[in-house]
Amino acid sequence: MTQLDGVIKPKTKRSKRFLESRAPKLTEDVKTAMIMKGGNTSQTITQALKDLYSLRKPHAVVYKKKNITRPFEDSTSLEFFSKKTDCSLFLFGSHNKKRPNNLIFGRLFDFHVLDMIELGIEKFVSLSEIKASKCPEGTKPMLVFAGEPFDTVNEHKRLKSLLLEFFRGPSVSAVRLAGLEHVLHFTALDGKIFMRSYRCLLKKSGCRTPRIELEEIGPSFDFILRRTHLASDDLYRLAHKQPKALKPKKMKNTSHDAFGTKFGRVHMQKQDLSKLHTRKMKGLTKRKRKVLTEEQDAQAPKVAKIEN
Amino acid sequence: MAACSVEELLAKAEQEEAEKLRNITVHKDLDLDFDVGNLLASDKNRIDTRSFKEQNKEDFLRSLARDNTQLLINEIWKLPSERVEEAIVVKLPQPTTPLPREKPPPKPRPPTKWEQFAKLKGIQKKKKTNLVWDETAKEWRRRWGYKRANDDTKDWLIEVPETADPNEDQFAKRLKAKKERVAKNEFNRLKNIARAQKVKVPGLGLTPKAQQSRDELARAVSVAQTSTASVGMFQERLPKEKAPKNTGKKRKFQPLIGDFSNEKQKQLELLKIMDSKKPTLDVTKAVNKQMREEDREEAAAKYKKGAGKKGRKGNMSGKGKGKGGKGKGGKGGKAGGGKKRSKPGKR
Repeated sequence: MTQLDGVIKPKTKRSKRFLESRAPKLTEDVKTAMIMKGGNTSQTITQALKDLYSLRKPHAVVYKKKNITRPFEDSTSLEFFSKKTDCSLFLFGSHNKKRPNNLIFGRLFDFHVLDMIELGIEKFVSLSEIKASKCPEGTKPMLVFAGEPFDTVNEHKRLKSLLLEFFRGPSVSAVRLAGLEHVLHFTALDGKIFMRSYRCLLKKSGCRTPRIELEEIGPSFDFILRRTHLASDDLYRLAHKQPKALKPKKMKNTSHDAFGTKFGRVHMQKQDLSKLHTRKMKGLTKRKRKVLTEEQDAQAPKVAKIEN
Repeated sequence: MAACSVEELLAKAEQEEAEKLRNITVHKDLDLDFDVGNLLASDKNRIDTRSFKEQNKEDFLRSLARDNTQLLINEIWKLPSERVEEAIVVKLPQPTTPLPREKPPPKPRPPTKWEQFAKLKGIQKKKKTNLVWDETAKEWRRRWGYKRANDDTKDWLIEVPETADPNEDQFAKRLKAKKERVAKNEFNRLKNIARAQKVKVPGLGLTPKAQQSRDELARAVSVAQTSTASVGMFQERLPKEKAPKNTGKKRKFQPLIGDFSNEKQKQLELLKIMDSKKPTLDVTKAVNKQMREEDREEAAAKYKKGAGKKGRKGNMSGKGKGKGGKGKGGKGGKAGGGKKRSKPGKR
C-alpha cells in the first residue's frame, strides 16, 4: 500500500479520509498492537494474551483465529496483517514442546519487523486469579524498570524500550494525581524478568506527597529471555529519525551562561529622559515664579561675560 | 520553665518532621532515572540476589516496587499542579526517552513539471474571482460549474469561420477539442506521478495528428519498416531512400588484438585526466548551468518587482539593465525584460 501511495486516487471523500488516516503523519497517533496466537496455544498463553489485551485495551486488535506462522522464520504474514489493520506492535503467543508457553513481543517500522523478542512464561498468575479490586481499564500505568541488565545488556535495553512502548498507553500532556493508581514493575534479576502489576494506594504521610502502599492485582509473569531479533543499528537509527518540523527551533539572540542565566539582546528606541517619572518630593517641585527669576539670573552673567 | 518547654517543643516538632519525611524518603545508592513524561522510572542499582533467595520472592519484589514507586511519585508531586473541574491535575513534561516512529516522516510532494517551470520563470499563482459578469444573462455568475457565466456548451448557434469547411459540424469540433484537452491533462497527471515515483514511462509514440511534420513522417516510416516479424531484417529499401536516422545505438567494441597505437593513446589520455588536479570542463553542461542561473536571477528580480511597486515597472527595468550590462555583449540590446528575450538555445 505504501509504495503505491501516490498512485491510488481516492474516488470518494470517505476513501480519501481513510487513506489520509493511514498515511505517514508528522505527529503520529498512538501505536496499535495486534494480539494473535499461533498454531497451538496452551491455557496459560490464551489467558495471558487476554490479560495483556486488557492492559492495552483501546489501542489493540485481537485476532481470534489461530495463525500458523513462525515470526522468527518468516515474518511476511505478520507484515501483511500489520498493513491490514495498521498496527505497528504485535504480541504473538504459541506453545510447543521445544518452547513451551512462548510470547513474542515485537514492533514494526514502515510495515517491516524492527525488533522481536521471545519470552517464555515460567510462572503466570492471571488477572482473575487474584481477588482484589482492579484498576479501571485504560488507566495510564506508571512503569518502573529495576535491575542492572536493563542498563547494560543490549538485549535487555531493547526489551525495556519495547515494553515501554507496549505498556505506556497514550502520551498525554497532563494527568490527574488521584488517577495514578496502576504500577507495572519489571525486575531483571537472576537471569529472569519479573513482571508485576500493582494497584497503588495513596496514604497520608503528613506532607504534601503521599506515602505509597502497593497491592498486587495481576497479571504477574516470570519471564525468561529466549530468541531475539534486533534491528541493525542503521535501521534502528532510521526509525528514530525525527522530521525537521518537529525539532524545536533555535531562539536567536539569546544565550545562557554557566549558571543557566538567560541573556538576550534587546533593541530599544532612544529614551527621552525629560519625560522620565522620578520620585516626587515637595522640595524638588518647581515653582513657576522662582523658575523665571532663576532663568533671568542665569542669563545675566553670560551677557556680562561677552561684554568683557 | 518556659524556656525549657520551648526547646522541648522545638525538638519534638523537628522529630515529627523527620518522621514524616521518613515516611516518604527512600535511600538508594544510585539515583533513579526518571522520564516523567512517560511516567517511567529506571532503577540501575544492583539488586541483592542473596536476600532475594532468602526472603519470600513476592514480598521482596513488592518492597522493591514500593520504594521505586515512592520515588517516582515524589518526582511527579514536585511538578506544578492546578485544579481543573474538581480534580487536581499535573502537567507532564515532554517524554525524553527516544522511541522509534511507526512510519517514516512524510515527504513533501515533488513538484510537477509546471510547478518547476513556474518557479524557474517566477510565475506566481493569481487568485481569480469566483463571480464573473455574464454579458448575455446580464448578471453575475460563477466562473465554473453548473450555471456558469459565458458557458460555451450552451450555445445554440455557432458562427462558421470563413476558412472552415462549411459542412463541418462546429459543435462536434468543440466537444472533441474539450475531450482532447481533458485527455492531455490526465496524461500529464500520470506523467507527473510517474516522475514522482521515479518510474520510467514509455513515450507516447506516434499519435494521430492532422498534420504530420517531416520528422514525424520519417519516424513513422522507420517504425513501419521495423514492425515486421523479422524486425525489418528483410525489408527492401526504395531507390534513393536514405538510411533511417536516430534509430538507437548499437554497442561497438574495440578489436581484441591490433591497433596498439590507438590503445596507447587512449590509455595515456585516461591517465592524464586521472593525474590532473583540475576537473575537466563539460562545456555544454557549464553553459546550460549559466543559462539556468540567469533565468533564475531574472525570475527573482521579477518576483521582487511584482511584490513592491507596480506603477513604474517598464522604465526602471530598462535603466537598471543598461547600467548593469558590464560588457556582456548581447545583453544590452535585450533590455525589455522577459518577453523579448530570445530562446536559450540560440545563445
